[in-house]
Amino acid sequence: MARTKVVVDPITRIEGHLRIEVQAENGMIADAWASSTQFRGIEIIMNGRDPRDAWAFTQRICGVCTVVHAIASCRAVEDALDIAVPPNATIIRNLVHGMQTVQDHVIHFYHLHALDWVDVVSALSADPDEAGRIARSLSPWPNNSGTYFQSVQDKLKKFVSSGQLGIFTNGYWGHPAYRLPPEVNLIAVAHYLEALDWQRDVIRLHTIFGGKNPHPNFLVGGMASAINLDDTGTINAERLSDIKALIDKARVFVEQVYWPDLLAIAGFYKDWAAIGGGVPNYLAVGEFPAAGSSFRDVEDLYFPRGIILDNNLEEVVPYDEARVREQITHSWYEYEGAGEDGLHPYEGQTVPNYTGPQPPWTYLQDHDRYTWMKAPRYDGKPMEVGPLARMLVAYGAGHEGVREVVGEALGKLNVGPAALFSTLGRTAARGAETVLLARKLGDWYGDLVGRIKNGDLTTFNDEKWDPSSWPATARGYGYLDAARGALGHWVEIKNGEISRYQCVVPSTWNCSPRDKAGQRGPYEQSLVDNHPLVDPERPIEILRTIHSFDPCMACGVHVLDASGELVTSVRVQG
Amino acid sequence: MFYPLNEPWEPGVPLGEHLRRRGVSRRDFLAFCGELGAMLGLSSMLTPRIARALEQMKRPSVVWLSLQECTGCTESVLRSSHPTIGDLVLDLISLDYQENLQAAAGSAAEAALHKAMEDHKGEYLLVVTGSVPLAEDGIYTMIGGRTAREVLEEGAAGAAAVLAVGACAHFGSVQAAAPNPTRAVGVDQIVKDRPVVNIAGCPPIADTITATIVHFLTFGRLPDVDYDKRPLFAYGARIHDQCSRRANFDAGQFVRSFDDEAARKAWCLYEVGCKGPATFSPCPIFQWNGETSWPIGAGHPCLGCTERMFWDTMTPFYRRMPKVSGFGIESTADTIGAALAVGATAGVAAHAAVTGVKRLRERSEGPSQPGGQVPSAGGRKSQEEDGHGQD
Repeated sequence: MARTKVVVDPITRIEGHLRIEVQAENGMIADAWASSTQFRGIEIIMNGRDPRDAWAFTQRICGVCTVVHAIASCRAVEDALDIAVPPNATIIRNLVHGMQTVQDHVIHFYHLHALDWVDVVSALSADPDEAGRIARSLSPWPNNSGTYFQSVQDKLKKFVSSGQLGIFTNGYWGHPAYRLPPEVNLIAVAHYLEALDWQRDVIRLHTIFGGKNPHPNFLVGGMASAINLDDTGTINAERLSDIKALIDKARVFVEQVYWPDLLAIAGFYKDWAAIGGGVPNYLAVGEFPAAGSSFRDVEDLYFPRGIILDNNLEEVVPYDEARVREQITHSWYEYEGAGEDGLHPYEGQTVPNYTGPQPPWTYLQDHDRYTWMKAPRYDGKPMEVGPLARMLVAYGAGHEGVREVVGEALGKLNVGPAALFSTLGRTAARGAETVLLARKLGDWYGDLVGRIKNGDLTTFNDEKWDPSSWPATARGYGYLDAARGALGHWVEIKNGEISRYQCVVPSTWNCSPRDKAGQRGPYEQSLVDNHPLVDPERPIEILRTIHSFDPCMACGVHVLDASGELVTSVRVQG
Repeated sequence: MFYPLNEPWEPGVPLGEHLRRRGVSRRDFLAFCGELGAMLGLSSMLTPRIARALEQMKRPSVVWLSLQECTGCTESVLRSSHPTIGDLVLDLISLDYQENLQAAAGSAAEAALHKAMEDHKGEYLLVVTGSVPLAEDGIYTMIGGRTAREVLEEGAAGAAAVLAVGACAHFGSVQAAAPNPTRAVGVDQIVKDRPVVNIAGCPPIADTITATIVHFLTFGRLPDVDYDKRPLFAYGARIHDQCSRRANFDAGQFVRSFDDEAARKAWCLYEVGCKGPATFSPCPIFQWNGETSWPIGAGHPCLGCTERMFWDTMTPFYRRMPKVSGFGIESTADTIGAALAVGATAGVAAHAAVTGVKRLRERSEGPSQPGGQVPSAGGRKSQEEDGHGQD
């Protein structure tokens, strides 16, 4: 049987613009190509700017993971200028980034990923009382009554019968790949709606510390939200109580709704624990420094830094940035005077060289070069980054909390750790991480309150704020393990201005194209790993696996100069 | 309180009838309409008119295009309080194309887009987030194998009106900052034959976006706008004039360094770079995320993100605005605001590269201030004085 070429563009329910092409044969995917189709060039825009402004510019790389670039940028500038951040500011940043990750993962599950597994139309035929019984068997969440599910179903019935399906138009409803009983579909639809309200509320933590969300404000050297228990316009007992309530609300929803839903739904799709694994290598730069330490203090990170190779959970390999190379054999770039070999990012170049077809496109797979993403490789190997990588590295390193929560999931699903190397494993790891972080938020809050109680109100270190205190030249970097994976920012400062700025983002690793050895990137490899595609017209299986990575394409920024022809900056990969 | 989310209505049934059937009291419904009206800056006299319009309404089609952007504006809409995103999507509008939320992908998604544009030709509201990159024939943002420009032009052709949501759709935002590598431009640089409203901000406050949509649905037209096509109900007041820390400015009480004693008393942030005197935005009035706080309220200076080209005209962000004698005198701040606003307006006409050169020149010249480089007469000040701000 001949192979069928399939194009899915736009991939919806992601951040940004992603195109997937595959070749299907006998109901399976035989080959796959991932193409990033947006390019913004933010790094070059950084040149000549005040390094204290960099967080605001780079924050706008992504409005979904809206704090991660800002914090990574502050860390890079602080690293370059040797600024120690006060413990309170480190805790506040952990609270902000922790809540970001928790909220982001829940939105991903319900609003970006769930419709790949949940058939909204099927929920119409559910028995609401039975849905209530099932929900009560899963968790003590108060909205678990038959009456409640009846009201949700009535709402859904009227919506569907209106004939105006809005965002649910042309969904793949009724596809044989949907396997949940109507009652579980109804529970998931109810929680899709509840999560919409929940996410709006819990993220107010960002507004309290950063003034707004999306894109809350940060500050090189600390945080701008001053603490004073005796003023109406500062962080005081009223604000702290609000924060505590938001943290509790976040944790309860994660423990009583998200995590039970995820495990219940996963139980109906256990075959997806053997589908979509792909690249067997995982990289985590680690995250959440303890108060009084920095991201450089590997021993003090809540989630550890390291590498898992060849799916071997017995050994966590230390991360060595000298082993990273970026290749461009299949990307719309060229290397001047360096052939096509991979370059270490310190010597890296980004010379755009669009060789794709004139729009409109038909197939990019017919072309050697097909994406704006480069292909980063570690020791010549493609690496997956993100929640699964973090959980695997932590699991391998014997992290107690991770072993407990991941172990709970494996036990309930009655599968071994090898099941993690899959589409389902990726989605489950994200949930496990959310449970851990939702609990950790309470610890950080306790730390902050304890320090305030002991008289420490400091949120900002002003020693190096004035540019006259800076050396003529300085350079530094900041790591951060973001919701979607390992992130790094590098900055070079000359005479008070940014002379070079580089970002290395999760999507570059995960959405990378083939390399010179022909090895596919993580998205691509996962799609050819025992991967079905029953009906090319309704590619729901592709969405399942691609969404399991939680793509964030705007992060795939690259550098080019004003004429679009010459490289003036270097991308560092570490 | 009235929450339309709870029961979407059946086809052909007017909202008023639908509400009666589900037992919503007239009183609650009018309270909801009053809340919307307040958000839109309308007199309570108009509440019955809002109510009448909403009662007769069927869900109108809204098509949402995401171009060259970061998705922060869509995230912002998800945070809307009144109406909530649930109210909006399930009950107030028919959101027929929105890539971040819709179930369908690829050709099924595109089919939904084209059906909506055909079925509601000339009637649908087009919401656009993101800029349009023009360099290299537009290949820097491709959607479904087509350029962002082509997707926008097709969408705008059949639209009743266009909402350019966020700084990217407004003027290109961060990717249009000097040297604007992809030649990113805002929606109104491409769409010339349809009414365009700019919902400014990076991102805009959620309720500003949803209230503009409600305004369109209620009154059948877009709200009145200022010289930069920003709705007056949201962008008609300057931050500095509405700021909770204005009294400190007038009294000469300034934060000199973050986390100093003045910062711990929540004094004015002018000295650490606040752009409130040059920025027209509803932040201090609407506030953010269910009126939780706002940037200055949380101790950080305003970045001026509702103003065109703010990445070039308002930076460095922590540099104090023009130094003039007599801090604490109200007219001083007005003068500063007028000068900076003219600077921002001038930036509109200037090519981004020129702006960049100017910025670099300013740097090389040391601490000279942007406000000093532009004419200080006319511009925004006079618009304020005649009370309209219409261009």
